Amino acid sequence: MPSLGADMEAGTLVQWLKRPGDQVKRGDIIAIVDTQKGAIEIEVFEDGAIEKILVEPGTKVPVGTVLAAIHGAEQPGPKAPGLHIPAPATRTRVSPVAKKLAADLGVDLHAVRGTGPEGAITREDVERAAAHAAAPGPKGPALQPPGLQPPSGARPDMRAAIAAAMARSKREIPHYYLSTTIDMSAALTWLRAENEKRSIADRLLAIALLVKAVALGLREVPELNGHWVDGAFRKGAGIHVGCAIALRGGGLVAPAVHDADQQPVGAMMRAISDLVARARAGSLRSSELADPTITVTNLGEQGIDAAFGIIYPPQVALVGFGRVAERPWVVAGQVQPRPLITATLAADHRASDGHRGGLLLAAIDRLLQTPEQL
Amino acid sequence: MKTTYREAIRTALREALMKDPRVFLMGEDVGKYGGSYAVSKGLLAEFGPERIRDTPLSESTFVGAGIGAALGGMRPIVEIMTVNFSLLALDQIVNNAATIRHMSGGQFSIPVVIRMATGAGRQLAAQHAHSLEGWYAHIPGLRIVAPATLEDARGMLGTALADPDPVLIFEHQALYNVEGTLADDAGNVDLDHAAVRRAGKDVSVMTYGGTLGKTLEAAQTVAADGIDAEVIDLRTLRPLDMDAIAASVKKTHRAVIVDEGWKSGSLSAEISARIAESLFYELDAPIGRVCTAEVPIPYPKHLEDAALPQPERIAAALRSVVGGRG
Repeated sequence: MPSLGADMEAGTLVQWLKRPGDQVKRGDIIAIVDTQKGAIEIEVFEDGAIEKILVEPGTKVPVGTVLAAIHGAEQPGPKAPGLHIPAPATRTRVSPVAKKLAADLGVDLHAVRGTGPEGAITREDVERAAAHAAAPGPKGPALQPPGLQPPSGARPDMRAAIAAAMARSKREIPHYYLSTTIDMSAALTWLRAENEKRSIADRLLAIALLVKAVALGLREVPELNGHWVDGAFRKGAGIHVGCAIALRGGGLVAPAVHDADQQPVGAMMRAISDLVARARAGSLRSSELADPTITVTNLGEQGIDAAFGIIYPPQVALVGFGRVAERPWVVAGQVQPRPLITATLAADHRASDGHRGGLLLAAIDRLLQTPEQL
Repeated sequence: MKTTYREAIRTALREALMKDPRVFLMGEDVGKYGGSYAVSKGLLAEFGPERIRDTPLSESTFVGAGIGAALGGMRPIVEIMTVNFSLLALDQIVNNAATIRHMSGGQFSIPVVIRMATGAGRQLAAQHAHSLEGWYAHIPGLRIVAPATLEDARGMLGTALADPDPVLIFEHQALYNVEGTLADDAGNVDLDHAAVRRAGKDVSVMTYGGTLGKTLEAAQTVAADGIDAEVIDLRTLRPLDMDAIAASVKKTHRAVIVDEGWKSGSLSAEISARIAESLFYELDAPIGRVCTAEVPIPYPKHLEDAALPQPERIAAALRSVVGGRG
């Protein structure tokens, strides 16, 4: 059961799309899992053949549970049944004194590796983790002991998941906030001209330019792109921009546009539209939920001026956009009406400083002045 | 002074006989034969048949006689050849010795001392080699002690005689020949406290009697792996010195019990339960136990060895509770 976000503790296997004996390759969707974020398609990361399915549909299991065994392509030949099939990780063992100490010291047991009998987390493991996390930070996806789950049947809804993630963010992440006002004249002029050349279905919205500008800006300020895990910043393997999408009926998801810095704006627009449609239909993929390295939230449609966000752990930054509004702006000593947008940055002060955060906003501004190059 | 466990007990017997005219020794073969383990050798010649009394082969009779003598003001030391034979005197010990103070509202006490050999390791087979002291430790009204060292072999008897209530002393038969050095002024020892025989910080090992030496050997072995075991000699099996056990477990956070009795319904089970009851939140690993296999003690040497706790099994248990650390 993959972790689809730091706040996910368990998921329910809804349906298998493959059967034992089926060949699978990396990227195939093999199962559908129901989570707090809706039904998610689970991708496979290994090539091989499904050897054995270990979790039956309808079963709710903790994150980290082995769902199926895959007979890898590099291990040909017959296998004895049961051989090489890891036992389902049903329970993380924590010694009583370790559990008590963790509570006393505020250590998150999910991120502690056990070295005791049968891999149990011991007192020393907790002490080590406490010493390690002198500056405690949000932890990456980690195994969740089911002992810490709500009782089965009391499944936390999406609201509870958002509550947990946001409360943790505000508790652990020292946010700093910056904002800047950006003249969108050039971007919108270019967008109008570009859209006249496009069919209605292919027309672009400003959000495509904004997300692309954020992605390119992050190339210049990589310390805002990645995750804070185990007390240290880990740079993102790519620039995967999570786009906050409000769901009908309440709630929020922020799935990733993968490698957003490499997408032409047309492809970017299609990717965002696709994510919105699938988020609302409840068919996002596991990698889209697990991979974002930064989040962009755009609340302009609601008419707000500026959005100061809460970082989604373990990410280290969130860029917010308000509406584009025509306002007085001084250009070359003259007051002119200009379409303006307020871009904000909420960033983790452990991973970066205000100076670097300012560089990102400045880069976004600069990039939006030459929209044809986006 | 160089001495043996057997001689240390004999010294204690002689001292008790000389100091208090109310003290006498009785049991099977304690007189002319000098004791089946030769503990009382020479005492008949020294103290005479009034005070070193051979008895018929009737445990119930001579243990009952000892209880009666204690009731009448004497300070009898009753020797039973092995714990297996003591079962014939269970009625006297459990129904009389252990209860009379209680049933008389404190008017009568039974200051009897009953010594017996226990344990295996010398190919004496299933009717002479069991470790049933845990059964006696079940009984309120009795004090159960198990000398594991020369000091305790020398010093427990005198303190037991001074106790106004019945005391049972369990001497492990494999210890009688153990040699060592004893202080010239060695004397009575307390019967209330467990003793730390080896200080350590990683795991507490509770044991007593015949398995103390094996446990210390195992502790030495695992020290090479970086595991620092603390070895607690319980000394008194009833009442248990839980304060000493708790102090050690609070320090090491791990507990192993080594007991030559069987696991089922045993002293090791009792200690384990008490640790789980009162020290659960101190534990960093499941409680470990090393006990005798659940079989009557076998006669053949290799099977007897296999059935009993051995240093290798104790060392394995210590490594197991410490886990991947170190």
